[in-house]
Parts: sequence; C-alpha cells; structure tokens
Amino acid sequence: MSAAFVTFDDVSLAYDQSGNAIEDINLSIHEGEFVAFVGPSGCGKSTFMKLCTGLHAPTTGSIQVDGEPVAGPLKISGMAFQNANLLPWRTTLDNVLLPLEIVKPYRHQFRKRRDEFVGWARKLLKTVGLEGYEDQYPWQLSGGMQQRASICRALIHQPRLLMLDEPFGALDAFTREELWCVLRDLWEAQRFTVVLVTHDLREAAFLADTVYIMSRRPGRVIERRQIELPRPRALETTYQKPFIDLVQELRAQIGDVRST
Amino acid sequence: MAQNTPLIERLAPWIAVVVLVVIWEVTVRLFDVPSFIFPSALETAQALVTYSGPIAMHSWQTFWTTLIGFGMGVAVGLVLGFIIGSSRFLYNACYPLLVGFNAIPKVAFVPILVVWFGIGSVPAILTAFLICFFPIVVNVATGLATLEPEMEDVLRVLGARRMDVLLKVGLPRSLPYFFASLKVAITLAFVGTVVSETVASNQGIGYLMMSAGSQMRMGLVFAGLLVISAMAMVMYELFAVLEKRMTGWAHRGQNR
Repeated sequence: MSAAFVTFDDVSLAYDQSGNAIEDINLSIHEGEFVAFVGPSGCGKSTFMKLCTGLHAPTTGSIQVDGEPVAGPLKISGMAFQNANLLPWRTTLDNVLLPLEIVKPYRHQFRKRRDEFVGWARKLLKTVGLEGYEDQYPWQLSGGMQQRASICRALIHQPRLLMLDEPFGALDAFTREELWCVLRDLWEAQRFTVVLVTHDLREAAFLADTVYIMSRRPGRVIERRQIELPRPRALETTYQKPFIDLVQELRAQIGDVRST
Repeated sequence: MAQNTPLIERLAPWIAVVVLVVIWEVTVRLFDVPSFIFPSALETAQALVTYSGPIAMHSWQTFWTTLIGFGMGVAVGLVLGFIIGSSRFLYNACYPLLVGFNAIPKVAFVPILVVWFGIGSVPAILTAFLICFFPIVVNVATGLATLEPEMEDVLRVLGARRMDVLLKVGLPRSLPYFFASLKVAITLAFVGTVVSETVASNQGIGYLMMSAGSQMRMGLVFAGLLVISAMAMVMYELFAVLEKRMTGWAHRGQNR
C-alpha cells in the first residue's frame, strides 16, 4: 500500500448553530483505494463528499489530499450524483467533454486539441457500453445509460479521485448490478481512488476495499471494515455465502446504529 | 409534424375566425345596431379597404415604434435578468422592486414621458419598452436562479468560475424561458405603443383610432383594432417558431 492520499484529522463541520453535521472524522485513504460510506439517511455522507473535494471547508480539524491541505475546490476530483444531471441541449459526447472546457490546463487547449479530446471521450463511452450513442441527446437515453454518461463525464479529465454520491440509487436492480460491473472494470483498469457514498450494503461490499459505517447525525465513523474478498470480483460472488454473511454483519451494525 | 396533424386541426383556427365574423355580422344585422355604435363586419372591411392608405401608414408607425421598444426591452431585460439571476442576493433584493414597478399601470407613465420628450414616437417607444421588459427579466432571472446545485458542484470542483457556470449551464438553460417570454413581451409591446399613441401622438394606429372615434367613424376604429391584433398575432407566431427552432430540446417528446 502506498502512503495516505486523503487524510482527515479530527474533522467536524457545522453548517449553522444547530450542531455538527459530521463530527470527529479521522481516516486515511490510500491512493487507488476504493472506499464506500454507508449509514442511515442524513448522516452526513454527502457532507463528507463536499469536504473531501474542497467545496466546503471544515469547521474544525484539517483535511489533506495528496500531501497538501485542501484549500479550495479540488480539480483532481470528478463527481457523479444520483441524478445524472446531463445538459439536455448537449449531445452525450458534448456532455462528456464539458469538464475539459472548464478544468485547467485543458480549457485553454480545448479548441486546438478538440479532436484528441473527442477521441478520449469516444473511447471512454465505448468502455461503458455507450458506443453508437455519442450523438444522441441525454433525454433519448435510458436512466442507466444517462448514469453511464454521467460517470464518463466525471472521469474524462482523468481525475485521481472519483466521488460518487449514490450514483446508482435511482436505477432498477438489474441495471444497478450492470453498472456495478462497469464501475468495477473502470476501476480495475485505471485504479483511481474512489469514494462511494451509498445506502446499498451489497453495493458497498461488492465494490469497495474498505467500508466505513457512519452513525446518525452528527455523523461519526463508527466502524471501519476491510473487505477481504479476492479481486477481481465476479457478480456471482454476491449471491454466495461468504458475501451474504458479510452483508448481514454490516446490516446488523447499521441496525445497531439506527436503534441507538 | 405539420404533415401528420389532420387537416381539420390545422384549419381549426381559421374556422374559428370565420365563425366569429359570421356571429358578429349576424348579431349586428339582427339587432339593427347603428354603425356609429357597433359597425358590422362588412362595414369594418369596407373601412379597411377605403382607408387602406392611411391605415398602412399609421400601422407602419405603430409597427416600428413597437419593434424599437421591444428591442430595447429585450436588451435591457436580458442584461438585467442575467445580473439579477446570477446572484441570490440581487435576486432577493430586486425582485420585490420589479414586481412593484410592474404593478404600476404603464399608461400612468405617458404624461410624464410627454413632459420629458414631447408628443410623438419617443413616448410610444418608451411605453412599449416599459411594459415589455418585465416578463423578460423575470424569466431570464428565474431560469438562471433555479440551477441544480449538483450541476454547480460538478463544475465548481473543476475550478469553474461563477461566469463559467452561468455561460455553460445557466444561460442555455434559461433560453426556453427567455423565448417563452418574448412571445408575451411582443404582444405587451403593442399594447404599450397603442396606449401611448392614443393620448400622446399624432401618428400611429392608436392616434388613428382616437381621431376616427371622435368623428364617429366606428368602422375605421374597428379596422384599426383588427390591424393591431393581426400585427401582434404575426409577431407572436414568429417568436413561437423561433422558440421551437432555438430550444427544440426543451420541447422534447411533444412532437413525437
């Protein structure tokens, strides 16, 4: 394992006087690690994402990413949310290219290197199974396909840190499992660091190296769980006993959180 | 799309017009209404033909003053809408003010404008402008102010400045609102021009109707009304077509 890539030291955040949204977070994430955060609704999982990407500063404590304290929006991260949030007036390809029009240094090279960038986008869309849909508009795509495009948009500028906030929450169970595999393959190929926020324990256990369980508001990390299942993991493993036992243990811990 | 709609559906608006004209003509004849009170459709048509020269001249005056006022309304509306919509603070600060301003009957401004600029085209242009910029401001500002926060996060984390977000996402997103407001604004602009012309001009359809009315030539007055609504309808349709062209993505699914 390499040195810590993301470090949280005694981090708390209060949006207003009503108390902390998250409290005393201490953790470190290695480069290339896949971590998942699970917990009851309103436990500050999304707040954690905002802190990690520098969109919000902590009230107390410090956050370091790649050895540097986080002082503002972190360009090395890409984000995707439960809603695909694609722009309806842009084709799928142009939606995926959007970050390159904004992030430095690509924004100044966009006109000159456009053909090259389009090549990247097409390749990425192909790996998630959207070949042939590049020139379709998002509203012509199904929900699962929109979410694939949204993940491509998060990855186009080759971020080292991918933040996913319940990205598969709005999809049906079959599409969701399909997209787990898409994400798994992307990660196996490129090994960027992933922070996945989810409600789905199977999703967390299947994809992540490390699962963090958070308490109710104010959100604290109450359990850090290493997932030792061998990689690459096949979808079938999620229906086998070791996996099911693991999910049940996690479920029990969440149950404890909810009842206290 | 037009090919698929049944013929009857496409003809429906014209049929409605014909029916209305027939009802008008029949009612006037049936009750024997004197023409200086309410002229029949035929008399109105006759007036249209007889006075076609003066009507054309005055319509042209009304048309170009309206367009100038409308153009100013679009320019100011866009800029003001952009400024107000781009900041939550300005949005909250200026919105009540705009609503209050909009509640003032614009005809009340005409005497003021006459004192400032004299009678003629200028008060007409300014009245058209004053009455039509409000819907544009509100629509553009609302389109910008209702950006999805997640979309903003996606871009902000990439180091996007506020201006990037507004230009790449906010502005295109508010275009459907903008074009929808143009349709409302152009008809309002005609109202503004004509109102101003009736009290403070010696040119334009409004003036023509006032002077014809004072001479009891009601056929001509009604001819004026028809011309105004025809101009407004044509312009409305023009902007409706423009809206479909420019923001087809916002009307997805309706044509299929």
